[in-house]
Amino acid sequence: MNRMPSVETTAESDAIAVERTLAGDRDAFRILVERHSRNVYRLAYRMTGNQHDAEEVVQEAFLRAYQKLSQFASRANFGTWVYRIAANYAIDRMRQKKSEDSNRALPARETEDGMEMDLMSTVPDAAPSPERLAQSGQLAVQMRRALTQLTPAERTAFVMRHWGGSGIEEIAEALKSSTSAAKNTVFRSVQKLRKTLEPFVEQRGRVRAMGTEL
Amino acid sequence: MKHPKEEELIAYHDGEDAGRETITAHLGDCPECQAELARIDALLAALNTIPVPDPGEDYGQRAWQQISPRLPQHRAHWWGFLFSEPKTAPWFAPRRWAAAGAIAALVLAAFIAGRFSRPNVPGNSVAVDQTKVRERILVMAVGEHLGRSEMVLVELANSGPDTAGQKEVNISGEQRRAEDLLEENRLYRQTALEQGDTALAGVLDELERVLLDVAHSPQQVTPAQLEAIRQRIEARGILFKVRVVGKELQQREESGSAPASPNGSAKGERNKV
Repeated sequence: MNRMPSVETTAESDAIAVERTLAGDRDAFRILVERHSRNVYRLAYRMTGNQHDAEEVVQEAFLRAYQKLSQFASRANFGTWVYRIAANYAIDRMRQKKSEDSNRALPARETEDGMEMDLMSTVPDAAPSPERLAQSGQLAVQMRRALTQLTPAERTAFVMRHWGGSGIEEIAEALKSSTSAAKNTVFRSVQKLRKTLEPFVEQRGRVRAMGTEL
Repeated sequence: MKHPKEEELIAYHDGEDAGRETITAHLGDCPECQAELARIDALLAALNTIPVPDPGEDYGQRAWQQISPRLPQHRAHWWGFLFSEPKTAPWFAPRRWAAAGAIAALVLAAFIAGRFSRPNVPGNSVAVDQTKVRERILVMAVGEHLGRSEMVLVELANSGPDTAGQKEVNISGEQRRAEDLLEENRLYRQTALEQGDTALAGVLDELERVLLDVAHSPQQVTPAQLEAIRQRIEARGILFKVRVVGKELQQREESGSAPASPNGSAKGERNKV
């Protein structure tokens, strides 16, 4: 069974793996990939919105990390570093894709995934009624759609801030912007999401309230 | 007090310290702003429920398998400049690899020659003998391993469609053997590294990448894909390096510097090329 290592142990172990990789032991890098790839994948999926692109972002992020590893030597946290590299690459990739097809519709698989998702099942209250299931499916689709409507910078800022817990400085670095511009991008992303999604969220709230009362 | 702006409430939700006390005090007296903050909370909570598909327990291993064949050599070794990424030419530029191969072969040959002509130091003969035995075992085993690897690479270089119209070539046999060789290769490379034999470890490292490349190719490849595999092998000059190193090790075995092969297969296999 795998035990969850402490943050300090992971950081120390990462530092050793980095040193060994820099000394020419390629297998040491494997430890870093196996340890951090799932976390990077989660970020990449949330940024790109699909598995194929997410996996490519993961690969590219680790390749870039390997190539720049000597620059990492003085830094403390490999996980944070490779996370930032992934965010940088993902935003470039999204920008490129957006320019290729700015009006891309949601892929069928995405819509299907969304419809299969039962968001209400995560809410610990009364058994879901058919109306509530319909509402939750619709909300899931709308949420995914709203995220795709953000610009790459807004999506990156939102994902890093609200799902990755990144600080404004870190986001500014990924966006290659000033901290005030990054702050503004975070705000704009939430503002846009509110505009698109609040009617659905409020509707769900009303349906939930009705379900609880009944 | 005037109401906080929307962006200030979002920052408040995010835990921003700036102006926090003032906003908290305001929220205590302002149902309107409380409702606004509750809407922000509800939206972000709803967004948190978007699931991320689980890539599977073995995702880390799969990611490594995809990444490892693409990793360039690090520059920590003294010969690292040969493998650095030039700004003007790709890392696999044939001239660069040909030069690297030639130098690596010369270095390795000199290293092995120096190792086996080293005089015994009186008073330390037991330790020296044990070291020599270990070195000889490694030399013999690596010699056999290189012979088998060479065969796989040569077979790939010579394979192709049986008929002009054949759309795919089956390389599953070579692929399976490459997979088998990979594990051995890792072991020998690590042993060579532990013994400080960085030159041999370097050649084995390059061989490992080629073997990985072959092992992860599809079982059925188109002639174009096969040609691409061949070109990657050729660009790395690995066949040349394997031959030079294999030949050197074979000569050492024949001259009696190493114990005889238990099954006598090393010499026979290497000479098939």
